[in-house]
Amino acid sequence: MATYKLTTPISEEQIRKLKVNDEVYITGTIVTARDQAHKRALQFYKEGKKLPISLEGLAVFHCGPIVKKEGDKWIVVAAGPTTSTRMDIFEDEFIKNFKARVIIGKGGMGKRTTEGMQKYGAIYGAFTGGAAVLAAKAIKSVKTVEWFDLGMPEALWIFEAEEFGPLTVAIDSHGNNLFEDVKRATEENRKKIYERLGIQ
Amino acid sequence: MNIEQTIENIAINLLRLAVTQLPKDVKEALQNAHKQETSPAGKTQLKAILDNIELAEKTNTPMCQDTGTIIFYIKAGAEVKNLDKIQNALINATKKATTEIPLRPNAVDPFTQKNTGDNTGRNIPHINWEITSGNTIEITVLPKGGGSENVCTIGMLVPGEGIKGLKKFVVDTVIKAGSMPCPPNILGVAVGGGADIAMKLAKKALLRPINQPNPDPEIARLEKELLEAANQTGIGPMGLGGKFTVLGVNVDYAARHPASYPAAVAFNCWAARRATARIKPDGQVEYLTHKMR
Repeated sequence: MATYKLTTPISEEQIRKLKVNDEVYITGTIVTARDQAHKRALQFYKEGKKLPISLEGLAVFHCGPIVKKEGDKWIVVAAGPTTSTRMDIFEDEFIKNFKARVIIGKGGMGKRTTEGMQKYGAIYGAFTGGAAVLAAKAIKSVKTVEWFDLGMPEALWIFEAEEFGPLTVAIDSHGNNLFEDVKRATEENRKKIYERLGIQ
Repeated sequence: MNIEQTIENIAINLLRLAVTQLPKDVKEALQNAHKQETSPAGKTQLKAILDNIELAEKTNTPMCQDTGTIIFYIKAGAEVKNLDKIQNALINATKKATTEIPLRPNAVDPFTQKNTGDNTGRNIPHINWEITSGNTIEITVLPKGGGSENVCTIGMLVPGEGIKGLKKFVVDTVIKAGSMPCPPNILGVAVGGGADIAMKLAKKALLRPINQPNPDPEIARLEKELLEAANQTGIGPMGLGGKFTVLGVNVDYAARHPASYPAAVAFNCWAARRATARIKPDGQVEYLTHKMR
């Protein structure tokens, strides 16, 4: 396990160095996107329309933040990760089309995303569920917000972050998926636990 | 004393204490887990949790963006007057705390899908009453996170399988929940009574400090056995693998119907928030879970 401090834009070469269990901190631009934003972005791509921001080399964060406006400035109150599995149906296309290099969320993602990350060069960084104060502290400013019509949680919030993390590399660009490994190990452990407890 | 105003003020304090500072037993268990965790990913997650709770405490900010569904447990002394004023005081406290702390508005009408915006709605905040003898009131608040609520499970087990069936049910429930309830978790486990009684007891068991085993040595042994079994799953902190899936297991029970073996598992996330205060007749308050600053 190694610790990496990455600054956006992140190259494919940098991503290929990372392995599951590594610890990553990100400085630079992080863009939030949940279900609706993923859906609209892919629709834009299909129609040949440009996104409000190029995501190439950036980090995409599965997060519906609480943001408040003070004067004309947006302040991030809380920005914890949301459950990533809901984005599984979009993420491989998303990475392919927009070349985002880091996907941040909680709970892990499935086979389709793992294959996409291997093919196009991206990683999934698990951020501690609920650790909203830690996340908010690393977000230094809100650059802008796009697609606000989707509502505060679903909009594209463009954050400027400093050493955002720790992220655990849970899916790397070599086909490894830590959550899947843990699930497999857990199934094996279930049998041992049954045995110990005298359960048939 | 003006009971309505006193209770309202204390309930706001309790809500603030609960969402910004973990009780000592939970904090110590997390620190201990961080020290002993051997999985690198698990250790990273525990470090992040510890940094996060320290920061929340220092800045007086909620430790998690999900400040939960607001649940109160009241022990009301039979000699206390105007007990009928307490409900209103708790509703007002919840509304004020939502803007003052702030709490995330988490009360949604299940039919219109409209969020009330102030954490109150039909039957919410939920109040559990217990009448005790004497002249004091004890108020506990449990802000209950949604992620861990979504994996709470009730099973109507086969009486013939007895305690083995219960153990299997708990292990299976923990494995099925996996990373979803933001582990390491605290488990409340209850058997008997009926479907509602078992879950009610399981949830209430989450209020007992995890460093206090059940006073019945047989049940204390079961708690330890279930804790060890849950931690042998290897799910680990945030489901990334490791020794610490569960920090504590609290068991309670009720007598059961001969034909039924209801079992319930209630989960709390690592942000296992709770706060309790006792109010004396002269309005003096003692905070039992936290130090008031």
